[in-house]
Amino acid sequence: MAVRSAQCSNSGVTGTGTSGGASARPDEGTPVGRRIVLGMLGLGAAGVAVGAAVQERVDRALSPINRFLPVGGGFRYYSVVDRVEPRDAGDYTLTVSGRVRDRRTFTLADLRALPQTRIIRDFQCVTGWRVPKVPWAGVALPDLLDAVGASPAARAVRFRSFDGAYTESLTMAQARRRDVLIATDMLDGPVSHDHGGPVRLFVAPMYGYKSLKWLDGIEVGDKVVPGYWEERGYDIDAWVGRSNGRDDEPT
Amino acid sequence: MSRPGPRRQGRRGGRTILRFTRSERAVHHAVALLMIICLVTAACLYVPAIAAAVGRRELIKTIHVIAGFGLPVPILAGRLFAAFRADLRRLNRFRDEDWEWLRRRDRRAVIDGTGAIPVGKFNAGQKLNAAFVAGAVLVMLGTGAMLTFPGPFPDAWRTGATFVHDWLTLAVLVVFLGHLRYALRDRGAMAGMWDGHVDLPWAARHHPAWLSEQAATREPALRERAPREAAPEATEERGVPGP
Repeated sequence: MAVRSAQCSNSGVTGTGTSGGASARPDEGTPVGRRIVLGMLGLGAAGVAVGAAVQERVDRALSPINRFLPVGGGFRYYSVVDRVEPRDAGDYTLTVSGRVRDRRTFTLADLRALPQTRIIRDFQCVTGWRVPKVPWAGVALPDLLDAVGASPAARAVRFRSFDGAYTESLTMAQARRRDVLIATDMLDGPVSHDHGGPVRLFVAPMYGYKSLKWLDGIEVGDKVVPGYWEERGYDIDAWVGRSNGRDDEPT
Repeated sequence: MSRPGPRRQGRRGGRTILRFTRSERAVHHAVALLMIICLVTAACLYVPAIAAAVGRRELIKTIHVIAGFGLPVPILAGRLFAAFRADLRRLNRFRDEDWEWLRRRDRRAVIDGTGAIPVGKFNAGQKLNAAFVAGAVLVMLGTGAMLTFPGPFPDAWRTGATFVHDWLTLAVLVVFLGHLRYALRDRGAMAGMWDGHVDLPWAARHHPAWLSEQAATREPALRERAPREAAPEATEERGVPGP
């Protein structure tokens, strides 16, 4: 090591003799390495500046296949726990309790027997990715609340996931919107386990984390309780484009 | 990992030359380890099938972020060592023979046991790889910091940072696999990184200008390993013109 540093500090600077191109004087030649690094930094900064627009175009260009590409649009899988035990469509139940006239437990067949609502909306994640025009189907939450006779005086609705950790809340006004679904289908098929099936919440006008996965409990009450993500700093009223410091186009 | 045959005899009972000091190898291995952790955890966060199988998002994310912020540390620490600094200078500079090396298809041609192009300690491909890794680490660090601490940044920038971070990951993966492939098919190069020393015939074939430069400084790094019958011998494995 000592030898090499001596060679670099002395002969590297002074020796400009005739020894031909083969000698390794480290300070000779074009600093291409540095230029590449600086060029990449420039490209990176430019990418940060225009990336949002480019990604949108990439998503659109790839839209038939982007669900299968890691880069590009498509859903990304988020689970907050080690492992979620899959629940079979056959023995799935959803319990609705709290300030209701009839506390009820719904099977998947019960849910399908209620009036069905189908909507096509974008799914926007708070981390930036967006899946355009996702078809969703299931029971509109106001229809379910009517089916159990939710108290008109109640002010909030709470959702629980059978993953054991994920919870969410909506105000009663939000829960009464017709674009809030107890979704049994998405992407023209049953909600898969990875997407939070057999039954998940879909809150169309809000960021994805409000659309609780693996739904198995709904409680009508008076208090909006911060959910899993909200305890980690995300907004409780998660309107797309009007919360979490983001200005995405509303879904 | 382990070199075949007992060390004392050298690979061909020949002499060897020091290519990478202990500090340089430590920097390499630390960077490699952190890079692998980053790539594996990235796959767990990012590829839907793997993410679904692994779960534990918070934990994986924490590991990814720590490994990512740790990546520059060994490189900065390496700058404390003269040998590492000298190699950075070599990697930075492109000279005529580097352009020639990039241009020619027979860039690995060997004549009488000596590489035809007077390649120094690093060939142009190695220089490009080093520059790419340096640039990529910095860009990933910058965009990664924006994603980890999104507070002060406007939304469009955060989306842009996600975009850059995602796509550059693919480029890093490709270059990483290429680097691994070149290393795995050249035992001489592997030996240089694992044990620090390379055989003289290997050095003559791949880095002739570096070898003669070392010889000119009175063979400081040359090391006797066995009876000296073994003069640089004719090339066997890799003496043919390259791809």
